[in-house]
Amino acid sequence: MRDGAVSPSIRLTDLAKSFGSVRAVDGVSLEIADGEFFSMLGPSGSGKTTVLRMIAGFEQPTAGSIELAGQSVTDLPPFARDVNTVFQDYALFPHMSVAQNVEYGLRVKKVKKAERRARAAEALETVRLSHLADRRPTQLSGGQRQRVALARALVNRPKVLLLDEPLGALDLKLRREMQIELKQIQRDVGITFVFVTHDQEEALTLSDRIAVFNDGRIEQVATPRELYQNPKSSFVAAFVGTSNMLTGPAARAVFGREGTLSIRPEKIHLGDVPDPGASTVTGTVREVVYLGSANHYVVDVDMPWAGDAPQLVVMRQNFHDSDDQLSRRGEKVRLAWLPEHVIELPGSSESTPIEETA
Amino acid sequence: MTISRTTKIVLGVLTALVLALVYLPLGMVILNSFNTSSSFSWPPSGLTTNWWHAAWHNPDVRDSLRLSLEVAAMSTVIALVLGTMAALALARYRFFGQDAVSLLIILPIALPGIVTGLAFQNLFRSILNIDLGYWTIVVAHATFCIVTVFNNVLARLRRVGGNLEEASMDLGAGTFTTFRLVTFPALRSALLAGGLLAFALSFDEIIVTTFTAGGGTRTLPLWIYDHMFRPNDAPVVNVVAAALLVLSIVPIWLAQRLSQGEEMVGAR
Repeated sequence: MRDGAVSPSIRLTDLAKSFGSVRAVDGVSLEIADGEFFSMLGPSGSGKTTVLRMIAGFEQPTAGSIELAGQSVTDLPPFARDVNTVFQDYALFPHMSVAQNVEYGLRVKKVKKAERRARAAEALETVRLSHLADRRPTQLSGGQRQRVALARALVNRPKVLLLDEPLGALDLKLRREMQIELKQIQRDVGITFVFVTHDQEEALTLSDRIAVFNDGRIEQVATPRELYQNPKSSFVAAFVGTSNMLTGPAARAVFGREGTLSIRPEKIHLGDVPDPGASTVTGTVREVVYLGSANHYVVDVDMPWAGDAPQLVVMRQNFHDSDDQLSRRGEKVRLAWLPEHVIELPGSSESTPIEETA
Repeated sequence: MTISRTTKIVLGVLTALVLALVYLPLGMVILNSFNTSSSFSWPPSGLTTNWWHAAWHNPDVRDSLRLSLEVAAMSTVIALVLGTMAALALARYRFFGQDAVSLLIILPIALPGIVTGLAFQNLFRSILNIDLGYWTIVVAHATFCIVTVFNNVLARLRRVGGNLEEASMDLGAGTFTTFRLVTFPALRSALLAGGLLAFALSFDEIIVTTFTAGGGTRTLPLWIYDHMFRPNDAPVVNVVAAALLVLSIVPIWLAQRLSQGEEMVGAR
């Protein structure tokens, strides 16, 4: 925290968790601001869910500490922490109605019946499910269960809401709708959201900031824009969005520089660009992938040597519905990009013997 | 799978034969309990409820029935408490020797009753020096009654998973509140099914009971065994056997209905 006066909503210090000989979380330090929509993004097994479960209190850290609003909660059981969780499989109580599920947290905290009813009704209103209050969870669709789980957590007005891949079980269309709804609800209630996902698009869409997890560690914490434009490691560049990442002689041949270099597919133009500063290469179209709104062209770049040619993926929006302007498989093309769009990543360029092969 | 017409008929006849072999003698027991002839001449010369009346008013039979019900009830209660706790420990925690403990809990149902019986008699009489009676039967029965409860509850806990309990704690409920409001309701029908099976197991058990019952404590199966070779008692023995049959079948039938109902709910 820069000013030190206000405590962050969550502060993790050197958090670690081992299961037997496996280090699931390996020294994670993180500060999440009050009211932030914070995502923990990473492949499965990267430790993001374990961090979430340690914040909730379901797992005891092997080392490190957890603070909520400046208070250490490291040794507190889940029921003594002012956080609530939306589980991946929703974990709704099957023997209770929707309303009873939502009231549960208030009931065990001995809130008076009248207030309980009113607050549960209000929470169900927020997720637009008032009409289903008397149903059982088994009678609801996936999206509806999702909303009940959200209402059940929000009704307690926690300081922090933890969401463990809450949209993972929904189909794509419903997921998009729920993403927008989730974002709106978070703005309305102003609670800190910590959102675990392996879907980079979802993280980019929803988050104020994202922590990218890899192998129990955080690779980078940044805003979605920063993460996409300026990945600080090759893992982040590869995991967030599509990247053309080249190293060694290939990097030298395509970008004219050594190191680990990357460029996003949409930053490469098919054909010439009028800008005199643009870099250009020629190549052959190997594959055309139709994506609906856009096409991906996989291009083999022409090399001064024989052997495996480096490939670049180029994205091109389908502005026109006629395909007469589109390049076809086997066609010779010219690729161009502006040098400022090339991202330099920390890599092992020094160890690659470039001069010998080039 | 499609099978030929001949195979279908052969299989159908075989099934009928086997079922008849099993259930006709049992049906005979019930029918004979209403047979006017005390020597069970066939076909029955007439039907009467005299034997039932006689059995009901026989003080020994009444004592034995009461004892059997009390033993079965107490064994079931002990099995419910211990079986549930053991299942919770094995399903929700990881500890050293877990598989061995699980096997040791299930084993008593497969152990030869005569060995279990001898072992308990030795323990009670020679080592602990206790008089055989109600409690020695209950303890011996509880060892195998636990198994049905344990198996039913464990299967349920595995199916439900630990997520509901985590959700409950997350929402502010402590361990006991979570058990009362979430775990127990999820286990209710499994407990009922396991308990009914345990009750039926204990109610008609004779081998272990033979070794752990004192001279004055005769359960219903023991009473039958004591009187089955006395021709004068034969009609009443038949009535008691018929009653034992019905009282054992009902809980098992109920338990099966319960588990089937659960499966259907779970499949939705």
